[in-house]
Amino acid sequence: MTRPILVLGGRVVDPSRGTDEVTDLLLAGGKVEALGRDLGRPDEAVLVEAAGKVVAPGLIDLHVHLREPGQEDVETVASGAMAAAAGGFSAVCAMPNTDPVTDNQAAIGFIVSQAQRAGKARVYPIGAISLGQNGQQLAEFGELVGAGAVAVSDDGRPVVSSHLMRTALEYARTFGIPVADHCEDPTLAAGGAMHEGLVSTRLGLKGIPAAAEEIMVARDILLAEHTGGHVHLCHISTRGSVELIRRAKEKGLRVTAEACPHHFTLTHEACEGYNTNAKMNPPLREPEDREAIRQGLRDGTIDCICTDHAPHHYDAKEREFDDAPNGIIGLETALGLAITELVQPGLLSLNDLVNRMSVMPARIFNLTGGTLAPGAAGDVVVIDPEAAWVVRPEEFYSKSRNTPFAGRELRGRAEVTIVRGQVVFEHARRGSVAPAG
Amino acid sequence: MTASLGKDLVGLEPLSAEQIQLILDTAEPFKEVSERPIKKVPALRGKTIVNLFFEASTRTRISFEFAEKRLSADTVNVAAAGSSVSKGETLVDTARNLEAMRIDMVVIRHGASGAAQFLGQRIRSNVINAGDGKHEHPTQGLLDMLTLRDRFKRLRGLKVAICGDILHSRVARSNIWGLTKLGAEVGVCGPASLLPRNVHQLGVTILPRIEDAIQWADALNILRLQLERMQSGFLPSLREYNRVFGVTSERLSKAPKDLLILHPGPMNRGVEIDSDVADGPHSVILPQVTNGVAIRMAVLYLLAGGSPDWAGQGGGVDG
Repeated sequence: MTRPILVLGGRVVDPSRGTDEVTDLLLAGGKVEALGRDLGRPDEAVLVEAAGKVVAPGLIDLHVHLREPGQEDVETVASGAMAAAAGGFSAVCAMPNTDPVTDNQAAIGFIVSQAQRAGKARVYPIGAISLGQNGQQLAEFGELVGAGAVAVSDDGRPVVSSHLMRTALEYARTFGIPVADHCEDPTLAAGGAMHEGLVSTRLGLKGIPAAAEEIMVARDILLAEHTGGHVHLCHISTRGSVELIRRAKEKGLRVTAEACPHHFTLTHEACEGYNTNAKMNPPLREPEDREAIRQGLRDGTIDCICTDHAPHHYDAKEREFDDAPNGIIGLETALGLAITELVQPGLLSLNDLVNRMSVMPARIFNLTGGTLAPGAAGDVVVIDPEAAWVVRPEEFYSKSRNTPFAGRELRGRAEVTIVRGQVVFEHARRGSVAPAG
Repeated sequence: MTASLGKDLVGLEPLSAEQIQLILDTAEPFKEVSERPIKKVPALRGKTIVNLFFEASTRTRISFEFAEKRLSADTVNVAAAGSSVSKGETLVDTARNLEAMRIDMVVIRHGASGAAQFLGQRIRSNVINAGDGKHEHPTQGLLDMLTLRDRFKRLRGLKVAICGDILHSRVARSNIWGLTKLGAEVGVCGPASLLPRNVHQLGVTILPRIEDAIQWADALNILRLQLERMQSGFLPSLREYNRVFGVTSERLSKAPKDLLILHPGPMNRGVEIDSDVADGPHSVILPQVTNGVAIRMAVLYLLAGGSPDWAGQGGGVDG
């Protein structure tokens, strides 16, 4: 039996219950035991001082790439789960584009067992939509869900066939899981290295037009309407996509959407100088797109913030822009970016932030957590929203360093992350714990 | 001493008007070197230059090689095929190995945009971009400008229409930057499927039809149409391209004045340009090639630290 944890004197922010007050929180038996000012002090309890801090349900990231199996040199389930904990995440959802692809129950079971061995943030596997992510034959959703998958996606590859997307949405209804889609028309995006606009014209790089995303967003919305299935639109990056999703939600369709910190922070200008750490897919867009993402997060058109954490080896990014792989890591910068870019300027309240990074993600994928209701999972983050810090990739728990935010000064970070009623990360003890390998 | 060029020449976009002017002015005395019976000055004696060509090139590579030899540099040509590059070596490893051999300059031609800048940031040697992907081909832009200046005695106010596949053209980009910085007006003319997004924001006039360009311009710079554009769906056929966008003497006869005709080569006769135009009295296609050697001599000389006052007088470079 693990020791109870008493979180003292923090501002408890739990939008799932409308809570925002300074109070204490007691965790016992891996669950939330009670909230209140007079909880007593069990002798054996671990005390977490949270005065001046925010206490919230642990953050949840619906979109990460942990590279295991297949590319354990750049990330593993264990190192990713530790990086997640350091970023304030109590749970992350791992995309299936590993090698081999997570398209069967054995592969799903492997992720689940690796996550249990690591014992840091929870890691929920996402199964593939199609076998081998080849876009042809549906994977066995029933077996995937039975082994622990929480959603299906062919992320990294768009679902080209509208017929396959339709049947996936229909078939997924049986199991009550969403279908998460990476929206990209491959014929429009082919060979593209960055957003198509003035910067791509100047740099002489092939562009990916905003329409490549919006065409598939529109298709998926139409198919959600047609099938009644739940489509979750991954890493939305354009103003047009936000407008399409807003209209779909007004119609009451089962459409949810996520956006990444880099898309609400950076624009295509970050690619200047052929900076491969600004190369990602979907690409960094224009200032109007960034503004639309911010507004979408404010008004709820975009339900949640995800990282699309995509580790790559240093060598892979140290090359010609056209040949460098897409993606950046994000688990250890997401909270700081969200507070710096969204909360500090007054776009989101801290309540909104917790809603977008914990409550909503839990609801969308129907996950444990996202609430501090008594009896709920003991997944908690203590946030210092004022802490000023500088991004130093060499200090990351992630095995990779590919971030465009190195050297950036941020406000706000996770001080303590608790999963299943156990402390898995403490900022104060950074460096005294060897990074997980 | 006016503005120096810095360590590398990766493009004309980062250069100031003064720096571009300096290169053009420095090229003037070098023109004469190539007219001498003994075409050699000792300016770069003892300097080692590698011509690193990852893409096939005849004209640009030979032009650079002549420029280097006429400045007395020691040169080595590396073609990507047959080198360690074809065995999978990365560009950064190639660069470090060259650096370890203590070379002074690298002239690089590469299929990826940004390759010259990438190399320049990683080695101490001077790097000269001989064409990187769809980004820039600065010495081509400069030699086009020198040729225009020879004929018109000015660049300010001159109207130059760049015609053809602007989307995929590094020559177009270097011409746009160089000409606009020196006060020329630049128009771009081509099918809309071959114009890059937001190109008007580069300060150019869009000329939708070749007839518009011919009415508007003082000079036409006619780009080579890459034949693979048909397969990738940008154009229906060469025949139709010639019919709609080809520069023909019939079309030129309707111009309000005689237009100077430039082409960076190699030409597709009968596609983007008809033979009677290419070989006609207003064509400066061969003077462009001659000027190419002078421009490259000027760039090599200036990057090596040479003073423009000494150029062409047999002066050496200190250090």
